[in-house]
Amino acid sequence: MSSKPLREITPKRKGWLKQYLSATWQLYAMMLIPIIYIICFKYKPMLGIVMAFKKYTPFGGRSMWEMNWVGFQWFKEAFNDSLFWKALANTLILNLGDLVFGFPFPIILAIFLNELRSDKIRKATQLSLYLPNFLSWVIISGITSQIFAASGLLNNIIASLGGQAVPFLSNTIWWRFVYWMMGIWQSAGYSLIIYLAALMSNDPSLSEAAYIDGATRMQRIWHITVPQIMPTISTLLIMQVGKVVSISFDRPFMMRNALVTDVAQVISTFVYDKGLKGGRFDYAAAVGLFQSAVGIVLILIANKASKKMGQEGII
Amino acid sequence: MSMTNIASKRKNQDTGTQLNNAAEKRYQFFWSFFFILVSIIAIIPILRVISISFSSKDAILKGEVFVWPVGFNTDAYTKALKTGNFIQTMFYSIELMLASAGINMCMTILMAFPLARRNLRLGSVIMTFCVLTMYLNPGTIPNFLNVRDFNLINTVWALLIPGAMSVYNMIIMRTAFRAIDDSLYEAARIEGCSEFRIMWQIAVPLTVPTIATLALFYAVSRWNGIEDQIYYINSSNLYTVQMTLKQMIESIAISAEEGSTTQMTPENVKAASITLSMLPMLIVYPFVQRFFTQGVMLGAVKG
Repeated sequence: MSSKPLREITPKRKGWLKQYLSATWQLYAMMLIPIIYIICFKYKPMLGIVMAFKKYTPFGGRSMWEMNWVGFQWFKEAFNDSLFWKALANTLILNLGDLVFGFPFPIILAIFLNELRSDKIRKATQLSLYLPNFLSWVIISGITSQIFAASGLLNNIIASLGGQAVPFLSNTIWWRFVYWMMGIWQSAGYSLIIYLAALMSNDPSLSEAAYIDGATRMQRIWHITVPQIMPTISTLLIMQVGKVVSISFDRPFMMRNALVTDVAQVISTFVYDKGLKGGRFDYAAAVGLFQSAVGIVLILIANKASKKMGQEGII
Repeated sequence: MSMTNIASKRKNQDTGTQLNNAAEKRYQFFWSFFFILVSIIAIIPILRVISISFSSKDAILKGEVFVWPVGFNTDAYTKALKTGNFIQTMFYSIELMLASAGINMCMTILMAFPLARRNLRLGSVIMTFCVLTMYLNPGTIPNFLNVRDFNLINTVWALLIPGAMSVYNMIIMRTAFRAIDDSLYEAARIEGCSEFRIMWQIAVPLTVPTIATLALFYAVSRWNGIEDQIYYINSSNLYTVQMTLKQMIESIAISAEEGSTTQMTPENVKAASITLSMLPMLIVYPFVQRFFTQGVMLGAVKG
């Protein structure tokens, strides 16, 4: 029985389910553990969202469900909390900076790298730019202070040229640039590979035809190369715009220091400070829920936008 | 050849109707030079840390060290290895990384193999059930409460179970399994193979490159991850290399802010610790970067 191919079993026949399962039960058995995992660790936590509407009482052994409802109290508190708005604004500023400085950089590199004939240099560039992608933000923050601190590489160079030390890490404006720069350092290689792959799959005959017709290199890049990778660019751009309110935890948490909290406190670190460190689980859950809700709406809008522009949706 | 010289020649070349060979050569030369420079700049931060770790304290304080060690010595490494059971932490981190990659890979294969069957009943329902979790993230606090409900706080399981499978990677795995010809399965089934055996002896060997790539990605994300350790672990004997390093770096940040020269941990010892934590990655990177590059592509063509 078990040797029967799946498609030979017609669903209409009596007792088909038994027959179908006798051939395929093993497949369902395989999925059992992963499905239990997904229910327990992906869906069950969603029940915890009610925490945002309850008053959290740490002691007395009461379960989440027995705590008192407070409605939208924590949301109201958040909207009146200047620190929450600051965290939200910082999240947007840091993400927009990543977009403005970090997004075009790998595209430009990929376009010119693609024009290069030497395979060796292309490989070497790819190799060295991709390496930081595999370093943790703990290591990167350590490296950051080795480069930008008062005794770091840049200030050593400035000092040897006779200049004044620049407070890269303690000045709020400089700190943002350091944050963005290290972001580029960490992630440029990854995007570079995506763009290079898109460029490799381009049809070279178009560019050759343009060359024979007398187009200059810049003309060929602008009118032939760029339009061919436009779908990749717009998909990645829309994805990043859709994530503009969500921010990872590791990067801002490791990059911040006590002197720049004003510009470095973002939603993810705010939730950690208030909730897990400060014990205000209810308030932090409300802030987190607000962020997730706005995030989902933005992703849906971004997805719609990308479909409208004739691109494949990202969902 | 000066930059302005090259720039003006580039301009001539662009306005010309045909590219002559000399202009093309200059173009290639300029951009080769440019990209070598970019590559060097990209690894300078790493070189800097390594050179500080091998330099003498005096040279560091005087600001004489740039990207090459001055007053070469290995004292910093002896000190770094002595403090806080560094070697023990390293072995624990490696074990944790291997365990995590193993668990993740098993879960991913077990889920992806059945879902790769085109005629599996409820397959699309289960698929949607998985994909939804990529977009509905309950948030830090509900996740923490859930891990606490399972009594995993402050156990090593909190670092292994909550992230035991990535749906994104599962979809990539499923795509790889779909590329296998169905007739192979049919033949095996006629021979009387069980589905488990088909998975293990036919599907898995045929998708080794994808499995290797995904396992590497899982391993790297466990090796580098600190978020769950910060959330779920408070006892330092469960800290990985990253967390041990984080505690040292925190003292760097504070002293850097105050601009003071007296520091808790000397600069070269910190640099040595950073280097030691980077070391496993730096050693394996040249050998496995091919898989990492493939991995980016796998993600880009997910379907």
